[in-house]
Amino acid sequence: MITPSRRRLLGAALGLPFATPALAQLTVTIDRGTVRPLPIAMSPFFGGDPALDEEGRRIAQVIGADLDSSGLFRTIDPLAYIQTPADLAAGGPRFVEWRQINAEALVIGQIRSVEGGQRAVEFRLFDVFAGTELRGLRFTAPEAEWRRVAHKIADEIYARITGETGYFDTRLVYVAETGPQTQRLKRLAIMDHDGANHRFLTRGDALVLTPRFAPDGTTVAYLTYAYGQPQVALIDADGGRERLLAGFEGMTFSPRFSPDGRFLALTLADRGNSDLFLYDRRTETRRRLTDGGAIDTSPSFDPTGQRLVFNSDRGGSPQLYVMDLASGATERISFGRGRYGSPAWSPRGDLIAFVNQRRADFHIGVMRPDGGDERMLTRSFMDEGPRFAPNGRVVVFARTDPARGRTRLYSIGVTGYNMRELATPLDASDPDWSPLRR
Amino acid sequence: MRALALVCTVLLVAACSRTEPGEPTLSTGIQSESLAGGAAATYAPGSQQALQAEAGDTIFFAFDSSTIRPESQAVLRQQAAWLEQNPRVSVTIAGHADERGTREYNLALGDRRANAVRTFMVGLGVDGSRLRTVSYGEERPAVGGTGEQVWAQNRRAVTTIGVTG
Repeated sequence: MITPSRRRLLGAALGLPFATPALAQLTVTIDRGTVRPLPIAMSPFFGGDPALDEEGRRIAQVIGADLDSSGLFRTIDPLAYIQTPADLAAGGPRFVEWRQINAEALVIGQIRSVEGGQRAVEFRLFDVFAGTELRGLRFTAPEAEWRRVAHKIADEIYARITGETGYFDTRLVYVAETGPQTQRLKRLAIMDHDGANHRFLTRGDALVLTPRFAPDGTTVAYLTYAYGQPQVALIDADGGRERLLAGFEGMTFSPRFSPDGRFLALTLADRGNSDLFLYDRRTETRRRLTDGGAIDTSPSFDPTGQRLVFNSDRGGSPQLYVMDLASGATERISFGRGRYGSPAWSPRGDLIAFVNQRRADFHIGVMRPDGGDERMLTRSFMDEGPRFAPNGRVVVFARTDPARGRTRLYSIGVTGYNMRELATPLDASDPDWSPLRR
Repeated sequence: MRALALVCTVLLVAACSRTEPGEPTLSTGIQSESLAGGAAATYAPGSQQALQAEAGDTIFFAFDSSTIRPESQAVLRQQAAWLEQNPRVSVTIAGHADERGTREYNLALGDRRANAVRTFMVGLGVDGSRLRTVSYGEERPAVGGTGEQVWAQNRRAVTTIGVTG
């Protein structure tokens, strides 16, 4: 089992102090819905022998794929590169040769074997036109963790160029689906953001739904039908040890962790009435948050943990409401056409993503927490379950295509650009994006 | 008889629910008659098949509604009478939603539907301890595919013999 600790994956800054603000031509501003991705050359990392060269080539490939997937970068085909990895390792970049292939940024790197089966992997990021180094870093990690090292390097490059935190050293938990519609078999599955290291967390003998990461990424809360009444359970993100939340009679569902991980907001269905509760994991006690005959469900915390957005039909149709947890003050924030549901508060705090259903169409949309600036990002027969990447710049959701009988995960930028299908081996729904791994 | 009752339940639910037990009427106008003695031989007293044939085990709802329609009230009255005749049987009422909503809202809606049925039956005098509820939300459609005809068949509450999960 892979359980990386902070000690096993160390990053150490090399040499150069942080060059102050990135040069103008190397700044990518995400807000504007970038049309032109930044051309970046990603030299295979130099190993010095065939085996290490191969590892270095794979690392560069993973970094390039990460950056390309953001829609903000375009990795230039390595066949066009003039300078070899060995050449770069010996004498550094000859910028004129990289300008010739229109690279605006260049990444070079080296990989070495160090004691205890570890690898030392270092990279340097250059501004090709200015001929300056923007970032250099060395990671030391077990050989088996090479993909995570590559994701961390991609996160560093993304952060240096966009000014935003990266989101590549992350995982997705979701529900893998097989079988006919009337007898769907569902299993929890977890994978790296790029689909690597895929594994199932449950066997499929019980219906499971809506997995949600704890803020430290090590635990997943979800709904299981394994124990009679449908109940919220917890499971370790690396497999094993399933346990139920104590102290609930009746059906519990829609679990969401508070940002500090101490609380779970969830729904308790009692004699036909679904209300929100706050469950304290430390004291194993619960506090009622909503009352009355309406359906109150799908809670999501703001990043301070002081407010919740949730879904309620108290006004006659399902809409979005924000509650201040200290005072209980609640206000409706959705006023557009149609029905709203599945709200998710961005970890940045600036946006709430939601599902909007208007006549025959489903949309994934975003709005400000006060309900302003509503924008629909998608439109289809059925889009469900939006959740943010930890940097709040990308949303993952599930789309059902009835013509092809297919349900898959997609990601899209909050600006509405760069929609992509995420690779999953089976049908997939109910995604949740992990925090950045440590 | 049994096969016919099943066909009737799946394809012609509305017609079926309005029909006296043992005499399903096809909506095409074709009449069928129950075969004397055949019905009793095909299912055990107090079984799911008996409930289905003698009272009807499924009622249907309008979009995002848990209101029990008049024709469904008739079915539930038959269920209540049937439970009176089968006093040792406990049942689980499963509430379902169509796929046109968010997953969690539909779990709440399924619970609301199952409990609407339970409340109605308790009002008819059925002991509440014999009526368990569960919601499957949109997870267990009766019919695959899409379109209003499909969804109408999936917005339902199904009464099942026994206490199932």
